[in-house]
Amino acid sequence: MKGYSHSIRLEADKCRGCTNCIKTCPTEAIRVRGGKAKIIDNRCIDCGECIRVCPHQAKKANTDEFETIFNYKYKIALPAPSLYAQFSKIYTRGQILAALKLLGFDYVYEVARAAELITAETKEYLKRKDIIRPVISSACPVVVRLIRLKYPSLIPNISQIESPMEAAAEIARNEFAAKTGARPEEIGIFFISPCAAKHTAAKMPIGNLKSNVDGVIAIKSIYVKLLKLLSDSEEADFKVMASKYGVRWANSGGESLALETDNFIAVDGIHNVAKILEEIEDDKINDVDFIEALACNGGCLGGPLCMENVYSAKAIFKKVLEKDISQSALPYTDERFNPMHDAEIEYVDAYSLDKDMYAAINKMAEMNRIVAELPGLDCGACGAPNCRALAEDIIRGEASESDCIIKLKEEYKKLKKKIGAEKGNEK
Amino acid sequence: MSDNIIRLHYDIDADDFSSAGLASSGTKRMLNQLGFNPAIVKKVAISMYEAEINAVIHADGGCADVEITPEKIVVVISDKGPGIPDIEQAMQAGWSTATNEIREQGFGAGMGLPNMKRYTDDMKIETELGVGTKVTLIINVN
Ligand SMILES: Nc1ncnc2c1ncn2[C@@H]1O[C@H](COP(=O)(O)OP(=O)(O)OP(=O)(O)O)[C@@H](O)[C@H]1O
Ligand code: SF4
Ligand SMILES: [Mg+2]
Repeated sequence: MKGYSHSIRLEADKCRGCTNCIKTCPTEAIRVRGGKAKIIDNRCIDCGECIRVCPHQAKKANTDEFETIFNYKYKIALPAPSLYAQFSKIYTRGQILAALKLLGFDYVYEVARAAELITAETKEYLKRKDIIRPVISSACPVVVRLIRLKYPSLIPNISQIESPMEAAAEIARNEFAAKTGARPEEIGIFFISPCAAKHTAAKMPIGNLKSNVDGVIAIKSIYVKLLKLLSDSEEADFKVMASKYGVRWANSGGESLALETDNFIAVDGIHNVAKILEEIEDDKINDVDFIEALACNGGCLGGPLCMENVYSAKAIFKKVLEKDISQSALPYTDERFNPMHDAEIEYVDAYSLDKDMYAAINKMAEMNRIVAELPGLDCGACGAPNCRALAEDIIRGEASESDCIIKLKEEYKKLKKKIGAEKGNEK
Repeated sequence: MSDNIIRLHYDIDADDFSSAGLASSGTKRMLNQLGFNPAIVKKVAISMYEAEINAVIHADGGCADVEITPEKIVVVISDKGPGIPDIEQAMQAGWSTATNEIREQGFGAGMGLPNMKRYTDDMKIETELGVGTKVTLIINVN
């Protein structure tokens, strides 16, 4: 899928051109032009902040329709552990997974199980002498994309270990093919997702040449279907594979807990993540081995495609874990599985003013001059998130100073005065 | 306008400790956007931050002037504080006159000036007791 860069999109007829989304976007990727929001493709990292904040539900996420599973002879579901926290009447993991299978899947493989394998691999990885510390988890694709875009000096800190989703997909395909003799291409692998970013990660993987995930289905979109099947499903119908060590990855801090190290920082919420990355870049965070960074507030339980709000989800999650009958984490390795990324992560240049440094400096000097002239209210009425961003757009030739309503008012007053004076002269 | 130079001026406020570092983070952001090599940006960001914090902690604030050209970045942090009695001593790793309260905030390890030296290609301190201090940091691009 060359050219595919993000899954968030605008439903133009719902958009009223307000400024909510432009102000909250952590990468300044949205502008309002001609009364409608517009996403700057190479800046969007699919964090979902605009989906959460839009009062008119005009921001949507591309995911795959549930029905696409029927394009494959064999269908495998990979539920993200956040799925277990979506039902306010408490169901056990076994019940939820049994219901998921009843939806039409031939096989269900818990991503939480793969997370345990990733934990084991990460423990070994952290022992290596040749890695750059602190190691930043690669599990959240939004964070990886934020680094690639705004903190390229931290690309070498990103863990080279696969995400649990990719690991699960590869293992599930191998296991199922070995068990049934199915040909790999007959198998469709579907991630049941809390976020849009995983959809993009499957279409345009970062750190991997190719994704093993064939489709990404929003938790929200199968919620009602699942709910109907849940009352008929029994705990005993499904033998769970993962332990709480893998399941807790859905919650912020869960990945770090599984690693059993004290030397970590667990940060959640995209704006908080940006702050921590900034501090790592400035050498202000020392003596820390591992950074667990999740773009959503509260971790994946706060994912934009989840059904429950993050606080209720956390309460449910706690109860689900209490009810859990699974054993403690099994040491987990899989010989056939290569846990390492197989592609370089590359810097994405979405902000530079000019490829040529001399030209860039002149443009920025000009931009600073424009900023000094603007009122500094950062009101967003011009369609850019702040005065500085408007100045940048002006330099790029995409906006003009008269887009600033305060400026326009000044011009209007001047004009009125001038006309008034001319009229006076005529008399 | 097309003289290939950017001049920035920041006031460094000492009233609000949490805002300390705004000058260096603003400069860093610009350098990043200009496309300077991350290693260069890091050198500027770290050395400038240390000088900025010193102005806040030891001299009750001051100001920063930055000149950015494709060849080098020059940062001047000036204050009207007490001045430094013995520069050689102040430059020693571990030397600090910071109070206990400051140390509790995680500063005062006496590493600021040595780090500035380490992260710059040239550094100059001009100081006069009772008048103030001016620290010049130069980072070459190539
Ligand atoms: N701008 C300044 N004005 C007056 N004294 C200063 C100034 N900058 C540094 N000093 C003196 O030099 C000493 C050493 O400075 P340095 O930055 O190396 O360490 P520090 O600020 O005490 O601790 P750290 O930088 O590790 O937090 C300071 O404790 C202070 O006495
Ligand atoms: S925190 Fe989890 S749900 Fe949110 S973007 Fe990252 S991976 Fe997706
Ligand atoms: Mg200092």
